[in-house]
Amino acid sequence: MKAPLSWILDLVDVPDGTTTEEITDRLTLTGLKLEAIVSPGRDITGPLVIGRVLTKEPEPQKNGKTINWCTVDVGDANGTGEPQGIVCGAHNFEPGDLVVTVLPGGVLPGGFEIGARKTYGHLSAGMICSARELGLGDDHDGIIVLPPDAGEPGQDVRPVLGLDEETIEFEVNPDRAYALSLRGIAREVLVSVEGASGFRDPALRDTPAANDEGHPVVVEDAEGCPVFVARRVDGFDPAAPTPDFMVRRITAAGMRPISLAVDVTNYVMLETGRPIHGYDADKLQGAIVVRRAREREKLTTLDGTARILDPGDLVVTDDSGIIGLGGVMGGETTEISDSTTSILVEAAHWDAVSMFRTGRRHRITSEAGKRNERGVDPTICEAAADRVVELLVEHGGGTAHPGVTVVGSPPEMPVVAVAGDLAARVSGMPITEEQSVECLRAVGCEVTGSGTLSVTPPPWRPDLTDAQDFSEEVVRLVGYDKVPSVLPTPPSGRGLTRPQQLRRWVGRTLAGEGYVEVVSFPFVGEADLDALGLAADDPRRDLLRLSNPLSAEAGFMTSTLLPGLLRAAGKNVGHGTTDVAIFETGTVTLPRHAGPAPILPVDRRPTEAELEALDAALPAQPLHLALVGTGDAVSGGWWGEARPFSWADAVEAVRAVAAALGLEVSASAVELAPWHPGRCAELSVDGEVVGHAGEVHPKVCQAFGLPKRTVAAEVDLDLLIARAVHLRTAPTFSSFPVAKEDVALVVDASVPAADVEAALREGAGELLESIRLFDVYTGDQVGEGKKSLAYALRFRAPDRTLKEGEAAAARDAAVALAAQRTGAVQRA
Amino acid sequence: MSGPNTDYDPVEVTPLKADQVEAMREAALAAIADAADLDALKQVRIDHAGDRSPLALANREIGALPPQARKEAGQRVGQARGAVNQALAARQTVLEAEHEERMLAEETVDVSLPTTRRRRGGRHPLTLQSELIADLFVAMGYEVAEGPVVEAEWLNFDALNLGPDHPARTMQDTFWTEPAEDHVVLRTQTSPVQARTMLTRTPPIYVVCPGRVFRTDEYDATHSPMFHQVEGLVVDEGITMAHLKGTLDHFASQLFGDGITTRFRPSYFPFTEPSAEVDVRCFVCRGVDSASCRTCRGEGWIEWGGCGVVNPRVLVACGVDPEVYSGFAFGMGIDRSFMFRHDLEDLRPLFEGDVRFSSAFGTEI
Repeated sequence: MKAPLSWILDLVDVPDGTTTEEITDRLTLTGLKLEAIVSPGRDITGPLVIGRVLTKEPEPQKNGKTINWCTVDVGDANGTGEPQGIVCGAHNFEPGDLVVTVLPGGVLPGGFEIGARKTYGHLSAGMICSARELGLGDDHDGIIVLPPDAGEPGQDVRPVLGLDEETIEFEVNPDRAYALSLRGIAREVLVSVEGASGFRDPALRDTPAANDEGHPVVVEDAEGCPVFVARRVDGFDPAAPTPDFMVRRITAAGMRPISLAVDVTNYVMLETGRPIHGYDADKLQGAIVVRRAREREKLTTLDGTARILDPGDLVVTDDSGIIGLGGVMGGETTEISDSTTSILVEAAHWDAVSMFRTGRRHRITSEAGKRNERGVDPTICEAAADRVVELLVEHGGGTAHPGVTVVGSPPEMPVVAVAGDLAARVSGMPITEEQSVECLRAVGCEVTGSGTLSVTPPPWRPDLTDAQDFSEEVVRLVGYDKVPSVLPTPPSGRGLTRPQQLRRWVGRTLAGEGYVEVVSFPFVGEADLDALGLAADDPRRDLLRLSNPLSAEAGFMTSTLLPGLLRAAGKNVGHGTTDVAIFETGTVTLPRHAGPAPILPVDRRPTEAELEALDAALPAQPLHLALVGTGDAVSGGWWGEARPFSWADAVEAVRAVAAALGLEVSASAVELAPWHPGRCAELSVDGEVVGHAGEVHPKVCQAFGLPKRTVAAEVDLDLLIARAVHLRTAPTFSSFPVAKEDVALVVDASVPAADVEAALREGAGELLESIRLFDVYTGDQVGEGKKSLAYALRFRAPDRTLKEGEAAAARDAAVALAAQRTGAVQRA
Repeated sequence: MSGPNTDYDPVEVTPLKADQVEAMREAALAAIADAADLDALKQVRIDHAGDRSPLALANREIGALPPQARKEAGQRVGQARGAVNQALAARQTVLEAEHEERMLAEETVDVSLPTTRRRRGGRHPLTLQSELIADLFVAMGYEVAEGPVVEAEWLNFDALNLGPDHPARTMQDTFWTEPAEDHVVLRTQTSPVQARTMLTRTPPIYVVCPGRVFRTDEYDATHSPMFHQVEGLVVDEGITMAHLKGTLDHFASQLFGDGITTRFRPSYFPFTEPSAEVDVRCFVCRGVDSASCRTCRGEGWIEWGGCGVVNPRVLVACGVDPEVYSGFAFGMGIDRSFMFRHDLEDLRPLFEGDVRFSSAFGTEI
């Protein structure tokens, strides 16, 4: 809400010397936050004075232009009292005219500094200004010629032009709809600014009594439209201009001046907060009827939009049909035009919820709708209509029709019981009941009783419905700045939960492994899943669709972190960072298609069954971890050659995370997009699949702008964390000597090393301390389709030195089982 | 070698003559002194202290002397050999020291070479900031509560006193999911976590909820469809605005520096009443000569978040008896706090995944 200061001060007095900042500081502290103080002349500094043109000598120039060499009386403003010589390019003035003169030293908007300078053979000491040069509009047809009674030469011209007029822009919260009016703001000044007094309520006026002579109005839906007031002005001059003060104030308030009739309704809306609608009375046919729209009824509103109405919409009709969307926007057929001479003024009170729904349904935001949907004082319809009539008559030369139509009456305000000590209990301040009563009365409430107060809010405060609402009124007037600072004493906490701690460790582990965490948006499109190469029946294609995504290309919640991560990796490569290791943890969305989430009542706690129904309706949202590596895993340099990322790095990173959680991961081959069909590991913990890792399919690399051999992993972190070992058993070590045995086994190339190792482990028995694959060989020496796996086995007993041959026997048993299980043959 | 001297005749044994022994000793000591390195010394040891060295051979001749002469000759040879061994050991020490010095000198490297073999990882600064904030509250005895990002409409709105026709619903531009009849949204705030907490725990409740939230804001320098919030909720007997103020003052001083306090301005949120905007004292200018301060843009204060006393209607919907308990709640943008704490003007680097950005913050902030 933008409020010209002069308008505020028309309605309330503040002590002499109160600065604008003092007013806005106080209003900010009581809830009307200052956004900005603006004035049209704020960018003008230095001497800007009234000048009287004494002489004007046209001088044609070689370039075809004619300039005027003028002398201008600027009084004593130039320090000498002598006329000022000024060159002026405009011609729309004559000697004797009063003009706006900026003298050397002045600065105009845009940082335009004025000096005395040689031009066209004269020393031009200043400038005669146009409206545009002063930032007052686009009018550059000529300079401003002031009215003859504007003042004396040498006087500061700012007050004459309204350049000093300050406008205060406030942020108005939805609960303070009354502050969308000068009336409301002035009232806030009255209660907020020390020493403010003399509030002159613009809605407090004597209005003519209702009679039967006015335009007939029938309200069929009294709940939707509790009050409808109609007045009429005849003989209105459609060509009458809007007075300057009104144009200035409407403009300063952020609205566009249109015509006197429209401007007056807007002016009164700004002044009182009550939206007014004006009809061309000659275009009305018969009685006005207010009702709800019928299914599929149509209306073309003032903005030229043809709308199909909803049975929830309140409409204003006459014999011709629908002529307006009540309280939201008028219709085209009865619109006031430049030939309108009779105006029917409507000031009606509308149901706020209905206004909100209609506005949202038809996507209409208007100044009227904004006020009506937040709640307007229902008691001021007659006063607002009367004020409009007064201004139309005064400035438009019309006559007020004697008819006064008033249908309905304002709803009663509720009486709310408020504990006298509530404000003290809520705020922690020693606020007495007397203070509370005083504050409540200051904001317009009626208060009776003691102990438990009976409080009736003023009609302009429909937001005050609960006892707690009144406590806020008291506390804000006592002052939020006076609330003391006291730390509560929580019971001893239990700290972070184990999963919360482990999640942090996962991040730290990967950072330690050289991966950098990124955060991406969880939005995804089908094209992204195509780029991943997901099969048509891949469960990751089952996505939660957004009704209103920001972009059609990313209209779903993602089921996998990989698209975002691969895209981020691609961007890094694009920026010239060719070696990239990144990771992300985030929830993914896996629809359960479990039906709607109920809208539960709010006047009681939901039952357990209701809460379960809420949760059941939500998609599964497991926390995933994904990582991508591309380029070199180990950089090259003076120490040796670089090592590019390999599928094994992705597996190893997941193993590092698992190890941080006390878990061991086993890997087995699987074919799954977006990985290379021969280089994808399915990762399991205790037989449960937790995710996948490996080299990314070359086509997928290409799709994301990544080089081949990029690697990636994605695991379900919730599964890992759920399985994390909580209390690890302390290890014991044998101090007896170790016996080492190496074996090399030849198997078919297709036999997984993990199977061979498992057989060796089992066959070796309890004496086996560790086993390590130290070489994999393929080539002539083992034959086509075969590979040799070389293992180092370490044997040790916990309680004794191994006897001669004991380790060898265990080794032989291991090899025998491996042979049986995997067809392994020991290499000689 | 001579045979045993059985007849007690004094036998002339030349190598055992005093001058001879002395000459051997001198020769040995001279050779030791001349040995330039450990290899040379090794040969000297063989030549002058080995089994076949003159002194060793002379020693063997002692038996050939008459008993009465043996003692003197034995002493003479023994002293000479002792002196040689001593000299050898001393020289050995010196040469070893020289050798080591030389070796170390030869092994000198250029320590200014880059040691960037392993790339350093890093965690995302918003993760770090969330953890930092969580830790501040955990230190006060709070717990960290969590909830789903895709949330039931009832929990995101209705339970928080934002009924279907509440004008404030349009303040938060919500992502809705399909089908709309499912009443499922992307949470617009972390407040549904507060509702969930009240629904599943009994007071006293002291929790803080950091998390991702979503609004349909076009992505630009100051808006993002996804951002991070931290909300706090306290429900206990006798909780007042003063406790809220005390908590936020403490939070502000922990996050922005000693002495940094907060300011409340009346505001409106459906879930709190009274409600306040909370500003934090600018930690750069501290409100002194603010006019030129970039961080607070001359205000002396920085808009930080919203807060208030929990609306009794919310307590009722979440099963808390408002006659017994009261509470406060507050919420701040983690991204926003990060931006002014770390002087970031454009938020987009937070979500672009450029490793140069996250890496700059390492693993703690």
